Amino acid sequence: MTYDPNYETVIGLEVHAQMVTRSKIFCGCSTTFGAEPNQQVCPVCAAFPGVLPVLNRELVSMAIKTGLAIQGSIRTRSEFARKNYFYPDLPAGYQISQFELPIIEHGQLHIVTDDGVRKRIGITRVHMEVDAGKSVHEGIQGASWIDLNRTGTPLLEIVSEPDLRSAREAGEYLKKLRSILRYLQVCDGNMEEGSFRCDANVSVRKLGQTAFGTRTELKNLNSIRNVMRAIEYEAERQIDSLESGGRIVQETRLWDANLNTSRPMRGKEEAHDYRYFPEPDLPPLVIARERIDTIARQLPELPDAKAERYRNDLGLSEYDAGVLTSSREMAMFFEETVNRGAQPKAAANWISVELLGRLNRGGMEIEQSKVTPERLGRLLALMQNNEISGKMAKQIFDIMFESGGDPDAIVQEHGFKQVSDTTAIAAIVEQVLADNPLQVQQYREGKTKVMGFLVGQIMKATQGKANPASVNAILQEKLTG
Amino acid sequence: MSITADTVKHVANLARLKLDDQELAPLVQQLSNILGLVEQLKELDTDAVTPMSHALDMPIPERPDLVVPTSTREAMLANAPDTEQGYFRVPKIIE
Amino acid sequence: MDPTQLSLVQAHAWLSSRQISARELTAAFLERIDRLNPRINAYITVDREGAMAAAQQADDRFRNGTATPLTGIPIGVKDLFCTENLTTTCGSKMLARFRPPYESTVTRRLKEAGAVILGKTNMDEFAMGSSNETSFFGPVRNPWDTERIPGGSSGGSAAALAARMAMATIGSDTGGSIRQPAALTGLTGLKPTYGRISRFGMIAFASSLDQAGPMTWTAEDAAIILQVLAGHDPKDSTSIQAEVPDYVNTLVNRLDGLRIGIPEEYFPDSLDGETRHAIDEAQQVLRDLGASMVSVSLPHTRYAIPTYYIIAPAEASSNLARYDGIRFGYRCENPEDLKDLYTRTRSEGFGAEVKRRIMLGTYVLSSGYYDAYYRKAQKVRRLIARDFQDVYTDVDLLLTPTTPGTAFPLGEKKDDPVAMYLSDIFTINVNLAGLPGLSLPCGQDHQGLPIGMQLIAPVLKEERLLAAAHAYQSATPWHQRKPEL
Repeated sequence: MTYDPNYETVIGLEVHAQMVTRSKIFCGCSTTFGAEPNQQVCPVCAAFPGVLPVLNRELVSMAIKTGLAIQGSIRTRSEFARKNYFYPDLPAGYQISQFELPIIEHGQLHIVTDDGVRKRIGITRVHMEVDAGKSVHEGIQGASWIDLNRTGTPLLEIVSEPDLRSAREAGEYLKKLRSILRYLQVCDGNMEEGSFRCDANVSVRKLGQTAFGTRTELKNLNSIRNVMRAIEYEAERQIDSLESGGRIVQETRLWDANLNTSRPMRGKEEAHDYRYFPEPDLPPLVIARERIDTIARQLPELPDAKAERYRNDLGLSEYDAGVLTSSREMAMFFEETVNRGAQPKAAANWISVELLGRLNRGGMEIEQSKVTPERLGRLLALMQNNEISGKMAKQIFDIMFESGGDPDAIVQEHGFKQVSDTTAIAAIVEQVLADNPLQVQQYREGKTKVMGFLVGQIMKATQGKANPASVNAILQEKLTG
Repeated sequence: MSITADTVKHVANLARLKLDDQELAPLVQQLSNILGLVEQLKELDTDAVTPMSHALDMPIPERPDLVVPTSTREAMLANAPDTEQGYFRVPKIIE
Repeated sequence: MDPTQLSLVQAHAWLSSRQISARELTAAFLERIDRLNPRINAYITVDREGAMAAAQQADDRFRNGTATPLTGIPIGVKDLFCTENLTTTCGSKMLARFRPPYESTVTRRLKEAGAVILGKTNMDEFAMGSSNETSFFGPVRNPWDTERIPGGSSGGSAAALAARMAMATIGSDTGGSIRQPAALTGLTGLKPTYGRISRFGMIAFASSLDQAGPMTWTAEDAAIILQVLAGHDPKDSTSIQAEVPDYVNTLVNRLDGLRIGIPEEYFPDSLDGETRHAIDEAQQVLRDLGASMVSVSLPHTRYAIPTYYIIAPAEASSNLARYDGIRFGYRCENPEDLKDLYTRTRSEGFGAEVKRRIMLGTYVLSSGYYDAYYRKAQKVRRLIARDFQDVYTDVDLLLTPTTPGTAFPLGEKKDDPVAMYLSDIFTINVNLAGLPGLSLPCGQDHQGLPIGMQLIAPVLKEERLLAAAHAYQSATPWHQRKPEL
């Protein structure tokens, strides 16, 4: 299969983001991940006869936050609805969701495309719904097991417009969306544990064609990498099929990450008829304007606004601003480093080159770094104050990265103190000039290249601790003066 | 309005009900009769009427986000026809 | 005097004065149940041990001064209120062995007040029926004539009380299921405003219509029970957050200035002549008590049955999806696969009427039919509710027959769902509009069968219903008539 430049891929993504409330959406059961099976289950979430749902206020606040962050319109009157279908992990036989009147509509976020262009991706709607339970199949003879711990965990379903045109754009969209949710602290974004899940709707069409092609829905995409690979595979599969005279069947396909292929789902092959209707157990959700305003005032600075501020106020490059705002943790690290006295540009450079380079090589996240922002800030301040040289700073940074430790202590212990005392340096310069009359002669005859040799001699005499700027200035003065 | 046997079978499938042949014919007739009763709603012009989903107009109450465990696993599994190792057991799910 | 013949108010006086102990009272009712229930089939489960233990506690409360008006009162509860560790069947094979690990708010409040729950009363399966013939546990018989139906779906609660196998009972009313059987067995039955009594733990039939309520011999007894059951419940999002008035102290003997509307649509030519006559006489009694009668019109009345038979089955089809044989309830033998588990469990576990309504509800919600049926019905529901709002600007209460006729013979309408549905024609509107309605006896036909009339009040005006019913009962003997058994 090959990439065909005559075709365009059209992608819309449906993200299910678990909200980090303490209790479930409609009952007081805990949402903690990893409990023993069916340990966090009650008659309400297990849909026993006669029980009723009561809405978690925190979830509504999280949905409002999300709506504000994606610049969506928030309905002051929205409605829960039942989506009816039978499945063993759905105990009520219906999922409480939102249908005709979702809490948020008409949102957007921005990604940067391959060409470095900022692109708006529309978000059709965001609605609240309950998560289903889990079933266990492997290693069980002739049966499946049902665990309802996850049943009733609150989800936001975030549906994008079909605005994405490549697997890479889809990846960028997911990273941006996940980063926003993490900034808001409403979702931990962990795709492996399933707290941030994505289904992709993919179709292809000939370039210039305006109508959409028939789409397929891809499921079981448990990492951003898999989303991208599955979309690439699917687009190629569809193009190959069309080019060989076939047609696309609208279907749901399951991605197999081990085999790098997808296959049609068998279990849900029957035509769906979800028979949505307004949830009679829950009156309409009415949200006061003041509540939205209060939440808006408490909203944290979001990645795009932060990046803009880094560029405009701190003078960072587009690239650095992008890297440093890619996650809330990264931005906090950067800002704390600056608060500790580092110049922003130096901090940005050290974080994106030195720190992230080393973390990436070790496959680590910034939260795992032994170099804390406080210590990095101090290190850079030492360098800026000429107490250590840049070369020393890198050596100290290596020690800090490997074994942790405070830069001042490392300076003390390893004797990294830079000599900036001009009289002391002047004395050494005098001595070096006296010891090397030939080179002094050559310099004065115009062979200024010997300057480097002289500097080297001075640094050697000071075991590298002399402040290079001072050495240069004093040497220049002595030679020309 | 009459309803066909095929429609009844389709609806039964949606509702996860199985109808044997003796049940099907009378049910088709009964549902047709009931839907006949329902036809008279068409007389009414309701274009300007807002649908009424709830008996009373009141907003949803919201509860604080507190963990309040109410049930043990044993109690939740006690009524189940088939359980194994703390799970509900069902015939194999094929995805 | 036989203590099983006492009213709730009288029994409380006997208990307070130690004329009888709660244990003696409970034992007397249990003995009567043993004797009569085989003929009437009003109870599905009799909880002898639980009842005697509760009676013991009630006696303690009379000794230590914490008794309430319901303490020690033997009550039967419709078998759709979940009772912790006591089998709750909903009249269905599906739940024949279901023991809830939780308590409904209704039974919790009764227990906290010290009431003695004798057992769980028979009912139409999942409350779907108007004759109590759809119960998996067999039909209930009307104590006035055991060849006739007691009405439904709270037929067991009605028959148990009419046969004095309880001092009061609790029913539920989705389209008339308290008021219609109360009318057919000569009782006072109150369906409060939707949301006045919590639905938590009451097994759902149609969530936007279901409401619990008391069935009693007198309006005064109904007031005492409503006082305990009414009030906001944080476990039910549709439960009303409004003050609960004093229902007992607002009872009156005169109705001066009360304006009672007589809606013309409730007196069609097809109305049973004896019922019409009984209500004419009741109007005269009410006039004598000081009330005035006003002719009014509720123009959308005739659309209530079709509207109800779209909305109620639609909600039911979804509410009953949870019966899948996985977590509780009936499961078919040796399911071949998942689909087989679902379809056989549900086909074998549900009875014909329940399946019929699931089918109807699934159909009206299904793709292509939603707008024509479900949305249309929701719009007509609003027109029906507006009819009531409009007339309540002129009148304080409405007076109608409760049923088109008196109790009919067992089997008469069993296989004709449309004819059966039409027996709820005067009660259904009240549920659609969410209003409180009360049925009370107002006569007997030539066969001695009770005739009921219905009072309907605006939202949350239960005290107006109870006061009018109490005044009427102070002036008439019908509520004291008892079947001979």
